[in-house]
Amino acid sequence: MTINLKVWRQKNNADKGRLETYVVKDVSPDMSFLEMFDVLNERLITEGKEPIAFDHDCREGICGMCSMFINGRPHGPKQGITTCQLHMRSFNDGDTVVVEPWRAAAFPVIKDLVVNRSAFDRVISAGGFVSVNTGNAKDANNILIPKPDADDAFNAAACIGCGACVAACKNSSAMLFVSAKVSQFALLPQGQVERAERVEKMVAQMDEEGFGNCTNTGACEAECPKSISLENIARMNREYLSAKLLANKK
Amino acid sequence: MSTSPKLKSKIPDGTLENKWTKYRSTVPLVNPANKRSIEIIVVGSGLAGSSAAATLAELGYKVKVFCFQDSPRRAHSIAAQGGINAAKNYQNDGDSVYRLFYDTIKGGDYRAREANVHRLAEVSGNIIDQCVAQGVPFAREYGGTLSNRSFGGTQVQRTFYAAGQTGQQLLLGAYTALQRQVGMGAVSMYARHEMLDVVVIDGKARGIIARDLTTGKLERHFGHAVLLCTGGYGNVFFLSTNAMGSNVTAAWKAHRKGAFFANPCFTQIHTTCIPVSGDHQSKLTLMSESLRNDGRIWVPKKQNDTRPATQIPEEERDYYLERRYPAFGNLVPRDVASRAAKERCDAGYGVGTSKMAVYLDYASAIERYGKIEANKQGIHHPSQDEIIKLGKSVVKEKYGNLFDMYKQITGEDPYEVPMRIYPAVHYTMGGLWVDYNLMTTIPGLYALGEANFSDHGANRLGASALMQGLADGYFVIPYTIGEFLSGEIRTKAIPTDHPAFDDAEKSADERVQKLLSIKGTKSVDYFHKRLGKIMWDECGMARNENGLKKAIAEIQQLRAEFWKDVRVPGSSNELNPELEKAGRVADFLELGELMCVDALGRNESCGGHFREEHQTEDGEALRHDDQYAFVAAWEYQADSKWELHKEDLAYENIKIAQRNYK
Ligand SMILES: Cc1cc2nc3c(=O)[nH]c(=O)nc-3n(C[C@H](O)[C@H](O)[C@H](O)COP(=O)(O)OP(=O)(O)OC[C@H]3O[C@@H](n4cnc5c(N)ncnc54)[C@H](O)[C@@H]3O)c2cc1C
Ligand code: SF4
Ligand code: FES
Repeated sequence: MTINLKVWRQKNNADKGRLETYVVKDVSPDMSFLEMFDVLNERLITEGKEPIAFDHDCREGICGMCSMFINGRPHGPKQGITTCQLHMRSFNDGDTVVVEPWRAAAFPVIKDLVVNRSAFDRVISAGGFVSVNTGNAKDANNILIPKPDADDAFNAAACIGCGACVAACKNSSAMLFVSAKVSQFALLPQGQVERAERVEKMVAQMDEEGFGNCTNTGACEAECPKSISLENIARMNREYLSAKLLANKK
Repeated sequence: MSTSPKLKSKIPDGTLENKWTKYRSTVPLVNPANKRSIEIIVVGSGLAGSSAAATLAELGYKVKVFCFQDSPRRAHSIAAQGGINAAKNYQNDGDSVYRLFYDTIKGGDYRAREANVHRLAEVSGNIIDQCVAQGVPFAREYGGTLSNRSFGGTQVQRTFYAAGQTGQQLLLGAYTALQRQVGMGAVSMYARHEMLDVVVIDGKARGIIARDLTTGKLERHFGHAVLLCTGGYGNVFFLSTNAMGSNVTAAWKAHRKGAFFANPCFTQIHTTCIPVSGDHQSKLTLMSESLRNDGRIWVPKKQNDTRPATQIPEEERDYYLERRYPAFGNLVPRDVASRAAKERCDAGYGVGTSKMAVYLDYASAIERYGKIEANKQGIHHPSQDEIIKLGKSVVKEKYGNLFDMYKQITGEDPYEVPMRIYPAVHYTMGGLWVDYNLMTTIPGLYALGEANFSDHGANRLGASALMQGLADGYFVIPYTIGEFLSGEIRTKAIPTDHPAFDDAEKSADERVQKLLSIKGTKSVDYFHKRLGKIMWDECGMARNENGLKKAIAEIQQLRAEFWKDVRVPGSSNELNPELEKAGRVADFLELGELMCVDALGRNESCGGHFREEHQTEDGEALRHDDQYAFVAAWEYQADSKWELHKEDLAYENIKIAQRNYK
């Protein structure tokens, strides 16, 4: 099939950027979306043009590196998958497909479709961990965790840190990402000691990075490739409130 | 045979069971005050790198971490699916440190070091404890205890897992420990940075040259010691299950500076991958080996049978693994299972459009689980439909994400039709030669995780790479590095205007400029694909003398062509993914040759290395222990020129035997 691509090209952060059109022929339905970009880049290189820069690594939906905003939706038209898991069989011959980078003040564009998401790492550094040095642990089965709690914690921990939630949100809020980490630990006995401090610090860092406020539109959940639930945001709000109450009492 | 004097394995004295305990309690330490003035560079943020960096920082060292992805959390370890082994014996099924040790040595086809493997088995339990303490959400039973499953090459259930995302959860555990240290200022993180060379001063590793991939700027970084935790080199085959960026550059640069490369030809071909669908294919996707727990592998008994799988009756199916290996059945180790699949396909029994695939069938598992579940739920005389429905939900619970992945990629529903699978390159047992301390032949330069050669011999067992990466990082290097660093407490930080830094930066820069200046006619991928094809055809699942000789000549020629005709667009002072790829492929073009040289020199079959000239009558691998029970460590001398050093493998605790999974 033939796909008409309109791709965001931006030389660097200082450049203004613009959409450019490319017609890709002989696209196989078995190709992944990124493999179509490989084919296009291969052609651009032989034509002496600059290939399109995009982030990717594992190409199996787990590293969280790929990040294309496709026809107005992060990771494209299908639910529950990343850009690299999108296959061309989800498109029709002759389709026009617009591809842009994640757009958010906290994710500045580096080049073309590549953005800087290091704000997420800084939010984790602020408190997204259990403070346990290597060697401090007791036998693993001394900590019994009811299966439903373990499953809920696992579901929250499935977040791949891709940033689609931020890209999907009209306010560029990072609440889904941050709340997933807060929830994972809030649900587990290991996370209790630092429970209040954690949520306060992570939220403070989130605000400092310039992510917007959550107005409960739910776009993040709808576009999250790992179907991270909005319940996590509700849980984080509760955690935050009780942390603040606790702090006021002290 | 005798071990080369250049290879000092430094295996401690004492009985196997006591070596590590004794060593750990006697290895020289660095006191806390001195640790603060010692700087350590960790290249790589996968399981090995993150765990090492976090732990060393906790101990008080000043640590710098580098990775080429945009965040340390994206290292290739994230993609591991199936699980991590540990000798906890939580299932009370007879597991023990000794059994894990034994299984690993045997699984590795008797080409690994006893002392290292025993240490690995000893610390395996601590890893699980540590990860649970960090909040890693492992699978659990209803009583709240940890759940286990079995994996290829073993008869006990010792694999811990977090659905099909074990690597992700373990890496996120190590990553959060790392980010905690970053937040406290003990670790400086350099993401989107690629190491391009090691800096060696007075014979010791003292730093690296790294390229900031965003700006293209070359940077100099000093360290009292340098740890390479840069993963495996499976992408030399172009198509593999590794992440697109996985590469050999760091290890290869170290090799060219004097670090010996051990057993490069020991590569693992994983049995359960989704077959190639066309020329556009950029990588292969693994389906966790845990699928072999419950799935049955078969091909039609008739050659070139074109009927859909569901229309082939039971008696016309050949469950060839169950037929050939009744004791282990579908759970034979990877090398054995992969070769058996190749054998069937080469003989004309393959399935699917390419005929290069076999079936992995869940129909009987669904039925079996359905019956058990019906029983559990107290449903008497369930109908077949009910059984299938219940069975599917059990299978979904266990393997749902893998089934979804298969469907996503192939467009077929594995709950209804058997999956098609074919072996693919997955893991590299070979790597930088290291001693018991994990130090390479360059003092102060260490290799951890998949980047070293140490623990898996000629074949790695499933769920053992995660174990090794975390063992190296959390529990081995924090102790063993003391041996070297305790002698360095008086070494002041060397300023990076030292001539050795000048030279290393200059040569890295020259290489970058050279790649950009060729302005040839072919893309980097063009060369990479050709290299991959040579490697897969001649140095893949089966190898022979003629093929390997031919491959060596072809690779030399391809390399010459590359340096004359590659086209790398863009410039050096910007984000330039093609330039990054070009540097990596240039290194693969040298490594590929060494792999063939190593494979040619090893006149036996063992583990992942199958030489067609050396097989038993029924097609099993035939080792020659009298001549080849050694580690082949290659010293780089000049282009296409290496000297072989041998490290004898002495088996004092295990009776070396032909592997038998029948
Ligand atoms: C699909 C898949 C599934 C797997 N499943 C399992 C499993 O279930 N169980 C199991 O035990 N094993 C499994 N493995 C194997 C296992 O995942 C790996 O062997 C292991 O994770 C390697 O960890 P590592 O820390 O050594 O390296 P990696 O995780 O590969 O990390 C390498 C790091 O080095 C960095 N790096 C590399 N080169 C450079 C450079 N030049 N400059 C700067 N940084 C650099 C990268 O950025 C990265 O951070 C699987 C492997 C694959 C491919
Ligand atoms: S919450 Fe979902 S969309 Fe947001 S970073 Fe995590 S995985 Fe991506
Ligand atoms: S490339 Fe890793 S999630 Fe898409």
